[in-house]
Formats: sequence, C-alpha cells, structure tokens
Amino acid sequence: MASISLSSICPSAALSFQEKCKDKTKSSVLFGKEKQPLYMKTKSRGRITMAVAVNTSRFDNITMAPPDPILGVSEAFKADTSDMKLNLGVGAYRTEELQPYVLKVVKKAENLMLERGENKEYLPIEGLAAFNKATAELLFGADNPVLHQQRVATIQGLSGTGSLRVAAALIERYFPGAKVLISSPTWGNHKNIFNDARVPWSEYRYYDPKTVGLDFDGMIADIKAAPDGSFVLLHGCAHNPTGIDPTPEQWEKIADVIQEKNHIPFFDVAYQGFASGSLDEDASSVRLFAARGMELLVAQSYSKNLGLYAERVGAINVLCSSADAAVRVKSQLKRIARPMYSNPPVHGARIVANVVGNPDFFNEWKEEMEMMAGRIKSVRQKLYNNLSAKDKSRKDWSFILEQIGMFSFTGLNKAQSDNMTDKWHVYMTKDGRISLAGLSAAKCEYLADAIIDSYHNVS
Amino acid sequence: MADHSSSVFSQIARAPEDPILGVTVAYNKDSDPSKLNLGVGAYRTEEGNPLVLNVVRQAEQKLVNDPSRVKEYLPIVGLADFNKGSAKLIFGADSPAIQENRVATVQCLSGTGSLRVGGEFLAKHYYEKTVYIPSPTWGNHPKIFTLAGLSVKTYRYYDPATRGLDFQGLLEDLGNAPTGAIVLLHACAHNPTGVDPTLDQWEQIRKLMRSKGLLPFFDSAYQGFASGSLDADAQSVRMFVADGGECFAAQSYAKNMGLYGERVGALSIVCKTADVASRVESQLKLVIRPMYSSPPLHGASIVATILKDSNLYNEWTVELKAMADRIISMRKQLLEALQARGTPGDWTHIIKQIGMFTFTGLNAEQVAFMTREHHIYMTSDGRISMAGLSSKTVPHLADAMHAAVTRVA
Repeated sequence: MASISLSSICPSAALSFQEKCKDKTKSSVLFGKEKQPLYMKTKSRGRITMAVAVNTSRFDNITMAPPDPILGVSEAFKADTSDMKLNLGVGAYRTEELQPYVLKVVKKAENLMLERGENKEYLPIEGLAAFNKATAELLFGADNPVLHQQRVATIQGLSGTGSLRVAAALIERYFPGAKVLISSPTWGNHKNIFNDARVPWSEYRYYDPKTVGLDFDGMIADIKAAPDGSFVLLHGCAHNPTGIDPTPEQWEKIADVIQEKNHIPFFDVAYQGFASGSLDEDASSVRLFAARGMELLVAQSYSKNLGLYAERVGAINVLCSSADAAVRVKSQLKRIARPMYSNPPVHGARIVANVVGNPDFFNEWKEEMEMMAGRIKSVRQKLYNNLSAKDKSRKDWSFILEQIGMFSFTGLNKAQSDNMTDKWHVYMTKDGRISLAGLSAAKCEYLADAIIDSYHNVS
Repeated sequence: MADHSSSVFSQIARAPEDPILGVTVAYNKDSDPSKLNLGVGAYRTEEGNPLVLNVVRQAEQKLVNDPSRVKEYLPIVGLADFNKGSAKLIFGADSPAIQENRVATVQCLSGTGSLRVGGEFLAKHYYEKTVYIPSPTWGNHPKIFTLAGLSVKTYRYYDPATRGLDFQGLLEDLGNAPTGAIVLLHACAHNPTGVDPTLDQWEQIRKLMRSKGLLPFFDSAYQGFASGSLDADAQSVRMFVADGGECFAAQSYAKNMGLYGERVGALSIVCKTADVASRVESQLKLVIRPMYSSPPLHGASIVATILKDSNLYNEWTVELKAMADRIISMRKQLLEALQARGTPGDWTHIIKQIGMFTFTGLNAEQVAFMTREHHIYMTSDGRISMAGLSSKTVPHLADAMHAAVTRVA
C-alpha cells in the first residue's frame, strides 16, 4: 500500500481557507454560460414528450472523494479478514472484550424515558432547556458565579462537531477576517470545519517530536505572534491526537498571553471525565480561564464520556462579560442553527438531562466513567511495560505513561503506521495516533511487538 | 472581576425570534386559557395533545429491549437500512433508479438538514448556483439555500385572486430561468399555501424543466399526510424519476411519522449512472463530516424498524391515514362554521387546499388582531396549521376569523 500524504487524502484539511478560495471554482466551471450543458440534448424545445437525455450526468465531473482519514479506518478494519486485526482508529471506548459499551446508566435513563411516554415534539432551536442548564453546570461547576450572573449563552449542538461548526459560523459572521489558531497537530476534522465555515486558520506549535512532549515555548511564541483578537482553539483536556496536556502552571501562562493579545479562547471539551476520571478536574482549564473574567467559547461533546456517540449530543457555550451580551449571542447562535438543522435531536439530550439531573444516576455515571478511564490507564501501563521489556534498544517509552486520555501519540510516522496495518493488521490513523480505548490488556503484548517492529525496521 | 463594558460581543445585536418557531414562543408566554396554537405544523389529536404513533412506541420498545443494540457512531452517510428504506418509500420499491444503483441516499437532520446538505453540495459541485423557489414558500427555504452558498430567486406560484395556482406565471418564470438552474418543488401539500399542481400540470412542469435542463430539487415533508396515501403523495417525484433524468429529493419523517424532535430525514440524489451516484455519495460525505460528522441514531432506527417490518408498516399507513383524515375533517368543519356565521368572502379554498396548512388569505393586520383579541397564534402570512385544530376549538377560530374579516381591513 503506497504511503499517502495527509494532504492528498484529505484535501480540505491541507489547505488553509485562503488557498481554498483561490481554488473554489475548479470543479464548477466545466460548462460555460454560453454553452449548453453536455448532459442535455433536446431535439426541439417543448415538442417532445420526453427530453432526450444523453447518458451524461450533470455531475460527471465529480471525482471520488477519498475516505475520511479517521472514520475511514474503521471501514478498512471491517474489510480485513485477519484474526489478528486490531482497531485502534476511532476514539470509541471498548471493553476488555473489545466490545462497544453502552453505559448502564444510559440504559436506565432510556427505559425511564420510555416508561414516562415522553412526546417527540420539536425542541426549541436552542435545544432542551434542562440539558442546556445541566451541561453548563457540568462544565463551569454548578456554583460558578458566571452561571448565577447569567453570562453564559448555551445552545445544544450536534455533538462536538456540530457545536464547533455553529461557533465557527458565529466567528465568520461577527468577526470577519479573524483567524482561529489551532494546535499542530490537532483533531483531523478541525480544519475541515473551519474551511467549510470559511474561517481562516493557522497553526501554533504544540507537539515536539524530539521530546514527544509539549513545545511550550513554541506554542506561546506562535500565540503571541498572531494578530490581536484571534481565536485560540484549545483542547480542554486529553489533547487529541497527542494526549499531551499543559500543566496547571502552563495553563496560567497560556491565559496570560491570550489576555495580553486580546485573543479569545475557544475550548474543545470532548473528554470531560475521561482524562483523569474526574469531571471537575478535567474542567479545570476552562474554569481557570473563566475565573480570570475572560470571555470564551466552549464546545462540549457527550460522545465519549456518556458513550452517546451516535446520538450526537453536545453544546456550544459562550461565556460573555455580561448577561446582556449572552442574550444577544444566544439569539444569533439560534439564527445560525435554524437554517442548518432547525432544532437539535431530542433523544440524546434527554438522556443527559436525566442522568445529570438524577443524583443516583449521576453518581452511577461518575463510577462508570472512572471505570472506563481506569481501564484505559491500566492498558497504558501494560503497553508501556511490554514495550520496555521487549524493546532491546532501550528506547524510552515513558511518554506513553505521561500522555492523557483515550489516545497515544506513538511517534510513528506514516510509513511506520502503514506497516502497523499492512504487516500487523493494526488499524490506526496515519499520524501515528492509537486509540487505547480500543486496546485490551490481552492484546498489549502483540501491539508492543508491532510498534517495536514498525519503529525500528521501517523508516 | 469582569469588565462589563468591554465585550468582544458588543457589536452583536439581538436577533428577532424565528417567524415560525417564534409563534410557539409567544404562545407559551400567553396565560389566557382559550389560547390556540396554529403556528408550527405539528399534529395534534382531537383532544389537542401531541401524538406519538403506536408504531413508533412499538419500534422504540423493540429497540430498548434489544440487548445487542449499541450507540456506536453511524457511518457519515447514516444508517444503511434507513437509507435504503427511505429511497424505496419515495421512489417506489420497484423504481428502476434504485435497482440500477443510481440513487445516492444520505441520512440527514430531517427536512432542513437534507435541504442544507443538498444545497451545500450543489454550491460546491454544480455549475449553476441559482435556485428558484416558489412564491410563497416555507420561511426557512431562502435562508437554508443562501447560507449553503446559492443565490435565491423566486418563481410565481400562488395567485391571491383565485387562491390557487398561478400556473401560467409558473411556466413563464421557469421558462425564463437560465439553463441548468435548480428549481425547488414541493412534492405535495405545498407549504404554506396547500395549493398543489394537478398531475397534468406536473407533467407540463416536467416537460418544461427537462427541455431546459432545469434541476428539480423536491422537498417532500408530507408524504402520506396530504392525501392519506404514501404512493399518491409521491407521484410528482416519481414522474421525474421515470423519465430517466436526475433530481434531488429531501425527505422528512417529522410529520408523517410524528418524529419531529428526533430530526430524521434523508437526501436522495438520483443520478444518470451508478458510477456517478457513488462519486456523488463520496462527496456528500465531505459536506457532512465538517458539519456534524454523522447523523443521530435514534430516530433513524425507529424509521428503519417500521419500514422493514410489514406489520408495523401497515399499521403505520393506517395511523397516517387517520391523521390525514382528521385534518380533512377539520377543513370541512371550519368551512361550515364560517358559512354558518355568514362570514363575508368565499372560503371554499379551505377545503380545496391540501395538507397540514390553510392559507387563509388573512392579512398581517387581521392576524395581529386575532392574536391580540382572540389569542389565536399563527404566522403573519395568514397560514394556519389545521393539525392544531379540534372540533372543540373550530368555533373559537371561526369567531376570531369572522371578527377579523368584518372589523379589520
């Protein structure tokens, strides 16, 4: 399998918005205004019972799009017939038996909902009120003064992606020309979202391959160098794909430089509770910024922490400096959502509202989350143990223990990642990211062998 | 402490409420016991309650009881069984387009989401960026297409003088559209007017559009709800597919399966060849992924469960017909009530119009009067949702309309 660059398999990811603009009419100028489209050949207008349509489609010029770099991995995995295959692609939690997991508390909530016989009326554009209240409280802390002061505009969104997209549309409309700074690397879909929303972006240094850690000086320098009033996309916890998070002291310094430059922090919180096992601890970066009186945006997702992946539950929160601004911002978020999907889906939001709103369910949830986060921490340890024991080169693999969350950034390059798949039937993304959520204790040794082979024998 | 005077959001103005969904917001604020919500098109029973269909409850129970069910991400294109079932529903199970694999179907967020994804796809890949929408049309249509990146023009549709179709105007305007332009068509039960072309008129529209290479984009939000028959309500769409040409169809299950809040719908693109369809599908994924990654599972699972099970499917058709029949009976009752009151004017359009809505012909002042004095909530274009009426509330509405017509210009 030839190795392909990320830019060729995901064209919109590689280009910044400006570059895309120059290219935008490429697929659309096939037919000039003067010519009649090739697909249409009529003998005479209006005198025939059926327009004689030639076997040419008006969409004939459309090329086959490449598979999504992340979601496409699961498709390839399904097609593989090997017994040894292992799916470490998409970040979806698996049990030790490598089965998908529906949280017990989610099943209880759904049964309760069915018993109650809830109706299926349209939600308001902003979503389920009980969900919006619960999600903001979960994020900021129920007793946070910003909530009492009503300074947070919250609308339910289509999981993380949908919430990011609505926020991007707000930026495009009200902060024309403002850039979003995204980490290098970041989740593969971030660039697509901003491109499609027509928001320019640029990268700040983040991952240092030499240390397999955070390039903190580079990050600060790049944030400083950006034009004042840029949006800075930060991963609230469990950075995707690297698993490398700033320390609390580093968060303070990041907040300092953002305030200096009048930048606006934009948090992507997809793993609250999943990183450390504690909901409150994982929200500390957001709460730190809020406590400084900063205005900020936060996109939340319940895909992972409540296992609600396919139900598409999330929220966009905008913390403003006044209640009046929050009212105005909320009204404009609604105006963006209405022509996109009118109002969000009710089912997943009701599950969240029921779980968070019921003290017994909430405690059960916290326990299940600790269990999931715990299983991931334990496979991290086991993987590290196997790598250290089996790698004769004495390479230091401890970065795996320091990384946080669902993923590990192995440091493997594209060719090495391809080797993982081609030779070892280990499916992962080409940036070297593996999802530990898809790893069982039983498979740690096999994975260690695969990583050692790919790292040392392939360049 | 936050500096309340300086906000990066200070230039953001407060947006007004959505004109349609805002009606419900206003209705909710009204404390008068006689208030009536005839705004948004959501079905109500004779008792004035929302309705969850029996088949939907049965399907949900099946899903909840199934221990093997998981909540893993759907593929970007959505639930496969749902997509197949939806295409069959609108195009007919025996449609050659389906059999020849020429249809690309993707699950989307109800009608709105299907229209938006289709619009964005066209803005990206189609050479003609203008979409023609009927005048009037659902209030959200122009916003959806504009934000998708298309430019919006209108074609004549409703004739206030006859309260019917301005067919000549329609043919003229479509005749003058540039070759290849996109044309939005309401498959049945036109919203807001309830005025649909006859089958003959559809055939003439089809011929004209094919001769000019205009691209049909159907909005099918009321299949089964208009006449009570799923097949009859899909005739317009099937006519266009039968001639072998290409078209778009956005489907919604909000009304006909009562799944409003679950946001279930599908976008189908009928292409000339299977090869084009598969390339089109791959590009649709690139539109969807940066918008919301993949669609929600619950509602689509309910639909797929019902469509696949012949008992549930048959039960569904019976429940659907019952809803359509109740609306038709409300139309009759309202007309009779107005005639009994001697309300000036010809109100027979109430029973001629089709679907959930009646375009009363009342003007904005009359509507405002009815809201203020009689607590009737409806959109300012004079549209009322018959689905929100019951035998008990028809008299109240008739009184309000009578008062509006006789006292407000």
